[in-house]
Amino acid sequence: MSRFKETTLKSKLSKRIHRRIVLAGLLKASAVTLLGWNIRKLQIEDSEDYKLLADANRVNLRLIPPSRGLIFDRLGTPIASNEQNYKVVFIREQTNEPDRVLKKLSNIIDLDQKRQNKILQDMEKRSSFIPITIAENLTWSDFARISVNLPSLPGIIPEVGLTRHYKEYESYAHVIGYVGPISEKDLGSETPVDPVLQIPKFQIGKVGVEKKMEKHLRGSAGVSRVEVNASGRVMRELNRTQGRSGENIHLTIDTNLQKFTSERLRGMSASSVLMDVSSGDILSLVSTPSYNPNNFVLGISQSNWNTLLNDVRKPLLNKATSGAYPPGSTFKMIVAAAALELGLIGLNDKIFCSGFYELGSRKFHCWRKGGHGKLTLQEAIQKSCDVYFYEIARKVGVKKIGAMATELGLGQSYNLPLTGVSKGFVPTKKWKKQRFGTSWLVGDTLNVGIGQGYSLATPLQLAVMTARLASGKKVTPNLIRNVDTEQGDPKTLSIRKETLAAIRKGMFDVLNEKEGTAFNFRSTDESFSIAGKTGTSQVRRITREEREEGVIKNEDLPWKMRDHALFTCFAPYKDPKYALSVVVEHGGSGSKVAAPIARDIMLFQIYGGIPPIKAYPEKQQATVRNRLLNIAEKIDLKPIINPNI
Amino acid sequence: MNTIIKILYINWPLQILIFATALFGFLMLYSVSGGSWEPWTKPQINRFFVSFFLIFLMSIISISFWRKISLFSYFLGLALLIAVYFYGDTGMGAKRWLDLKIIKLQPSEAFKISLVMALAYYYHKLPVDKVSHPFYVLVPLLLILIPAFIVFRQPDLGTALVIIMIGIFVMFIAGVHFGYFLFGGLSFFTLLIILFYSRGTEWQLIKDYHFKRIDTFLDPSVDPLGSGYHITQSKIALGSGGLFGRGYMQGSQSQLNFLPEKHTDFIFTTLAEEFGFFGTIGLLIIYSLMVAFCIFSALGTTDKYSRLLITGLCMTFFTYFSINIAMVMGLLPVVGIPLPLVSYGGSSMIVIMLSFGLIQSAHVHRNNRF
Repeated sequence: MSRFKETTLKSKLSKRIHRRIVLAGLLKASAVTLLGWNIRKLQIEDSEDYKLLADANRVNLRLIPPSRGLIFDRLGTPIASNEQNYKVVFIREQTNEPDRVLKKLSNIIDLDQKRQNKILQDMEKRSSFIPITIAENLTWSDFARISVNLPSLPGIIPEVGLTRHYKEYESYAHVIGYVGPISEKDLGSETPVDPVLQIPKFQIGKVGVEKKMEKHLRGSAGVSRVEVNASGRVMRELNRTQGRSGENIHLTIDTNLQKFTSERLRGMSASSVLMDVSSGDILSLVSTPSYNPNNFVLGISQSNWNTLLNDVRKPLLNKATSGAYPPGSTFKMIVAAAALELGLIGLNDKIFCSGFYELGSRKFHCWRKGGHGKLTLQEAIQKSCDVYFYEIARKVGVKKIGAMATELGLGQSYNLPLTGVSKGFVPTKKWKKQRFGTSWLVGDTLNVGIGQGYSLATPLQLAVMTARLASGKKVTPNLIRNVDTEQGDPKTLSIRKETLAAIRKGMFDVLNEKEGTAFNFRSTDESFSIAGKTGTSQVRRITREEREEGVIKNEDLPWKMRDHALFTCFAPYKDPKYALSVVVEHGGSGSKVAAPIARDIMLFQIYGGIPPIKAYPEKQQATVRNRLLNIAEKIDLKPIINPNI
Repeated sequence: MNTIIKILYINWPLQILIFATALFGFLMLYSVSGGSWEPWTKPQINRFFVSFFLIFLMSIISISFWRKISLFSYFLGLALLIAVYFYGDTGMGAKRWLDLKIIKLQPSEAFKISLVMALAYYYHKLPVDKVSHPFYVLVPLLLILIPAFIVFRQPDLGTALVIIMIGIFVMFIAGVHFGYFLFGGLSFFTLLIILFYSRGTEWQLIKDYHFKRIDTFLDPSVDPLGSGYHITQSKIALGSGGLFGRGYMQGSQSQLNFLPEKHTDFIFTTLAEEFGFFGTIGLLIIYSLMVAFCIFSALGTTDKYSRLLITGLCMTFFTYFSINIAMVMGLLPVVGIPLPLVSYGGSSMIVIMLSFGLIQSAHVHRNNRF
């Protein structure tokens, strides 16, 4: 290669390099332009959209739970309140040795190794700044000890929260119900969804007044707008709107009476309703056995739950409104009223009871084997003669009996804030045809006439019935004092005064005449005499053979087969103020079992406390005295009225 | 003696722009650490001033010295790459770091300089008529591909691709026949197609997470909380900056940790959020000016080694910032490439300052003035 050629080549290459550097420079310039163009699009053209997105990133809404409305009794005593719940939470990021901190804590409060391990596991799963609850419902002294030892417990933070607390839980469990953490199912039934429900573990009413009055009790959530970072940690609060706490509710129930009733029914599977005959205010509504609703608030354990569920005496059921029983002889007032109203029988007309009533080849028996002989209506109620009521029931017919039952409050539900309320049942001919495909028989009417057969009533309905008979007004029960107040005076019943007077007199005689079925359980204080009606409803059929050999006594039957004992009454007879019903499931005879209970409760209400011993017949005073003192001690109530007791 | 004069001959506008960019960096680091000198701002400032001094030191050393150690630097770099492959620290599933006690070095970064030096030296020595000879094209290709392959196996696909790009670029500037590049380009696209077809098969050429990154790059909404999260958040930060920005230290995205790697690879987004369009375009203009000064400097020298060295290193610098900015805007997949002189990090700072040292040395000694 010549030197010249090399020089030419060199300069040629040099020029090429020069060109290519310039070319590369231009390419770079266009790349930069492209970048600039893109930046322009992001930062100028679409900027507004991105600003919104950035704010959405940054701002979180935190809901502040409202404090739930309180529930008071008629006298303003709190029944359901929000108690301070002392708890400790743990924030892992504040210590390097969470296990050692927990160990130290376990010296102060009860925290076994298993629980410690579970807490450590839980912490692994979550961000280190999220507080984890370690223990709840601590006693004040535990809480104080932890607070004092805080310097040696890094990461542990004592907190005070609010939890629902039911003070008189045992007697009130079925009325108030309980709250519990919201479930998916609860959310589904709620439209539109209240934002407050998004708070994890937010407590809502599950049963009873807590559930039915949820709207009033809940209140509305406050909102706190907070700035959060990418991992969700709150950096600061931007602003806050206060929520509204729930409304307080005043019940019509009188706590002393409620507690007394509950204590009087202890050990039985029973229920009782006492109401004011003119206003319809329910002064006590008790079902036993009861349960502790406080256990449900923080979540009930499976074993506790199973125990409650498998108990044959059904503690979870509110028997006063959900239990529907054959009303038995308490139904006889309805039949009597219907017959009198229709003029099918006069007050002085007598019917002969031979101990049974023959319908074709079938015999319908009276409870009294030898029969009652000749009876007027008043005597028939007093002695609870079955044959008399077979006779007049047959004359009245099922249709008119049903109409009277409805007029007196059976077979319907009332606007009460309770869950699982039963409507009871008033049978009709049409219903039997549809249900069983067979026609209504006269025998069916006879059975209905003495409160057996198809008709069903709840203890609440029996109380309403009695209240209506006692007042002559179409009273409806109510449980809440401050919400939906003015209902106006109840209408007058479409039953003549004479009819009502005759029935009331019959009921008076049940307790106050020698042969009355509950004569033993009268009140001897004549200004406060009680009028009532016993009822014993069979839960089994008595066969002819058994009847011939002699009906098996209740005490010899298994519990489930025994009769229900019923009693319904009002007092004082001269100026009725209160109506009361008592039903003891499988308790045996209404006169022996339900009537004495009803008397105690009624007298307690009339006297406004433990009744004086002089209200009881002399022979019973010793046992009654012991019983009442016993109850007074248990419910922590001094015998207030009569120092002689 | 000559030292003072040499200092005067330094490309001062370039030097000032380096300083200005670094100031931008300090400002941003101070902001992302929530208004604190620790943990990033202070070490970054120290590092910068030490290496800034290094530029002056390097620029007074004759370019012929640098030329002479070119090959040595290449093989030293290659040795370090191999060393990191066997003894390197593992971080994020890849061996990239070599702990030399005094400094944690990322040899793949430093190797970019060695490669440019070696290629410049190669073409400087190569007789002009052999530039486009197939054998003499193959030699530099091997010089590029062997280290690129090692880096790729670390695994660090991004850096490997950048190394190949820079190498090919130097060959292009050196005047290799255009046909080779045409052919190379076509083969590259063919390879790309094969690469995508290999997905899910036994002979899959790249790792699953690479594919995943490419997926989310193509459509960040595919995985908004996983890999796509970074890009989505980064675009939100960029866009919400608007024209003037949200104000210094007022960017909610960066101040509240929504941004990933906010002090390193994604620092551009903080700048964009807090200073807005004026801030980003300002930085882009500064970078462009630096590149322009380098190009003018390359055009102003007749020494082939110097020309290739300056354009090659300038290209390295250009790839840093353009890829980084394109990446945070979602124009390129997320690869670990920092924003030069702004991102926190010793390795990239040293590498960039070393390249500017070499560029300045070539500038000072242009046309054999000394």
